[in-house]
Amino acid sequence: MNDSRHIASAFDRDLDSIHAKILKMGGLVEASIVDSSKALESRDQELAEKVRRGDAAIDALDEQINDEVANLIALRAPTAVDLRTVLAIMRMTSNLERIGDLSKNLAKRSDVLGQLTQISGATGSIRRMTREVEAMLKDALDAFIQRDPDFARDVIERDREVDEMYNTLFREFLTFMLEDPRNITACMHLHFIAKNVERMGDHVTAIAEQVLFYVTGETPEGTRPKADVTSMDMKYNPEAEPD
Amino acid sequence: MYDAPKSLETTLDQKTAKITARDVQVHYGDNHAIKDVNVNIEANTVTAFIGPSGCGKSTFLRCINRMNDTIDICRVQGEILLDGEDINDKRVDPVQLRAKVGMVFQKPNPFPKSIYDNIAYGPRIHGLAKNKADLDAIVEKSLRRGAIWEEVKDRLHASGTGLSGGQQQRLCIARAIATEPEVLLMDEPCSALDPIATAQVEELIDELRQQYSVVIVTHSMQQAARVSQRTAFFHLGNLVEFGDTVKIFTNPEDSRTESYITGRIG
Repeated sequence: MNDSRHIASAFDRDLDSIHAKILKMGGLVEASIVDSSKALESRDQELAEKVRRGDAAIDALDEQINDEVANLIALRAPTAVDLRTVLAIMRMTSNLERIGDLSKNLAKRSDVLGQLTQISGATGSIRRMTREVEAMLKDALDAFIQRDPDFARDVIERDREVDEMYNTLFREFLTFMLEDPRNITACMHLHFIAKNVERMGDHVTAIAEQVLFYVTGETPEGTRPKADVTSMDMKYNPEAEPD
Repeated sequence: MYDAPKSLETTLDQKTAKITARDVQVHYGDNHAIKDVNVNIEANTVTAFIGPSGCGKSTFLRCINRMNDTIDICRVQGEILLDGEDINDKRVDPVQLRAKVGMVFQKPNPFPKSIYDNIAYGPRIHGLAKNKADLDAIVEKSLRRGAIWEEVKDRLHASGTGLSGGQQQRLCIARAIATEPEVLLMDEPCSALDPIATAQVEELIDELRQQYSVVIVTHSMQQAARVSQRTAFFHLGNLVEFGDTVKIFTNPEDSRTESYITGRIG
């Protein structure tokens, strides 16, 4: 990979500005994930409100990055690593923006859940799952900064763990709902939250894939590791004994 | 995955290689201008040569129709095969060779003659026309292929030098293809043209690819990207990288290529 500067220094300034913005956006999204899961666990409505308001800043950065990338493509006709940088950033920013939305949705649901009976252990499990996704996001962004393809591949692999956590939660929620129908409302919200966090993991995986493309020029071959099996083999069976 | 495309490409390369250069060396006196260049130029393909000034790309282009013969201190070694035949063989007549390998230069250089005679000159000396009607047909066909017929059909006997720069260049391209060459060499054909004329010439290059091998030397990276299917990057007399244009412009293998095309201080 090429570390030398462009002859046209304005080109470097434009690229540096886009780089700085995507990293800032990444930082905001990381914070949003941490805060929304903390708000859920500690029933902190103020923190949840902060997450909801904070999403506007993430969206604004998304727009700014897209504008700057469009300008750079129009004015500088980037090639090779420069082209891969802006293409990767353009896709990464839309993934980050989606993660921000999912986190905002988590914060919204945590408000509703605050008024319902607590489901024992559920928010802790979700907290662990979000912590893993947040760590993956941090590592994906570090892999981007360090241009480390192995680090990016590692992040992609770790999405499997998030999927497995989601599978476990899915089973747990089913059990709670079968035990007592009064749990259904809370469990439905919790399930949406778990599903959203699982989706965040997928977006982080997509970001790590963009890091690979940026560094190596190739998109990873084959299918992603996938351990979310709830869409295939977990049916509701009223006859079954809850385990 | 499957590895068929690669081996397929290799066989295609050999089958359709119009020009093959092997271990080509060029010296201008003491100056070693081209070092061990090996390259296959395919038929019906536009190949772009890019690289900084003085890297040897024009020198190499000029080897392909023996234009360097005209320079006393220039020494060319190695083999250049056109359809498998060595063009530097003593039995090859350079004039016949240049009828097969046409050339268009940086600056439009029409003869100070009529538009008609500019085109008719080559076919006349090579005896390609039996009579006046034949020659008229060649002139019209060449001007049409040169995408300039509509603009000049009513003033074929006006001087070629009276045309605009872009028209003159298209006239020169029409002149180069009038002798039905198999290869067309272009040395920065658009550097003296405005964007509209450039676009017209580029469109023309793309059409010419159906029938010829086109080799174009250009300083405009964007032009190389727009018109060529294969790109060769020269640096200090070496052929550094040669490959599909898309690959060179998205993910080049050599860091010198990358520095050059991204505009970095290499």
